[in-house]
Amino acid sequence: MTMTELLTDDIRSHIGRSGPPARVTVTRVDIQKYSAATGQTRQAFLDGDEAPPLFHFNLGLPVLPLDQLRPDGLADDPLIPELPLKRIMAGTCETTFHRPIRAGDELVVTRWLDDIYEKQGGSGPLIFVVLGLKIETAGGEPVLDELISRIAR
Amino acid sequence: MTEYTNIEIGDQLTPRSFETTIVQLFMYNAAVWNPHRIHFDLDYAKNEEGYAGIVNDGPLQGDWMTQIVVDWMGESARLKSFKYSNRQASYLGDRLQAVGTVVGKDDETRQVTLSLAIRNANGDDIAPAEAIVEFS
Repeated sequence: MTMTELLTDDIRSHIGRSGPPARVTVTRVDIQKYSAATGQTRQAFLDGDEAPPLFHFNLGLPVLPLDQLRPDGLADDPLIPELPLKRIMAGTCETTFHRPIRAGDELVVTRWLDDIYEKQGGSGPLIFVVLGLKIETAGGEPVLDELISRIAR
Repeated sequence: MTEYTNIEIGDQLTPRSFETTIVQLFMYNAAVWNPHRIHFDLDYAKNEEGYAGIVNDGPLQGDWMTQIVVDWMGESARLKSFKYSNRQASYLGDRLQAVGTVVGKDDETRQVTLSLAIRNANGDDIAPAEAIVEFS
């Protein structure tokens, strides 16, 4: 199989597209639940004053009704075009932190499709989907930037 | 708490052991609103996606590594960046350890680079990571 067969021009045309920014209010109890579930030890995290570094995972994704979920439980990501490979695995995640997230923060979360490319893996072709994430406060103060990749096989 | 001046390349962070329970995976996936069935439905994880068991969330393992960094650096330093890769799946109840080592130190920026990993019971680093911590 050549390296150009899987990714069509139509799939590539989605690269660079952004979703609408999501506004999220972070509550103390959101942070407390995350901190309890992950086994945090720092008191400010357990009390919900400040969020642990990776608290923002999935923050700003739309909360969809049950009948819009796929059989695997997940919702389709409107940023990711339909791919010829269906099994999705977590890849790499790289985050640059500017300031912690705190209880009561009003955040603006922007996501975009940063890249799609394919590679030949040991057991067949892989498609790498790279999503960008930018979180700012409603006042425009930078909070964090992230690139997260998912691998379809 | 770690004093910047005392940090040396090769210093080991205090490792921490982690072993998920089904209750923890339920709570984590509820907290991050992740309904992917590989994290709570054994039949589905095995028969539909070909996993050996209920799969631990990759970002949960990432979080564990940030926890040993936060414990090591103390309250006066800040985590500037963190990067991790999911190389191999781990499963509900696996005996895992978060480990880390100081690999770089820059006196001009007072930034320290850490090499981290989630290590399984076979000694494989299933999720390598790197963190940069800035000291005040």
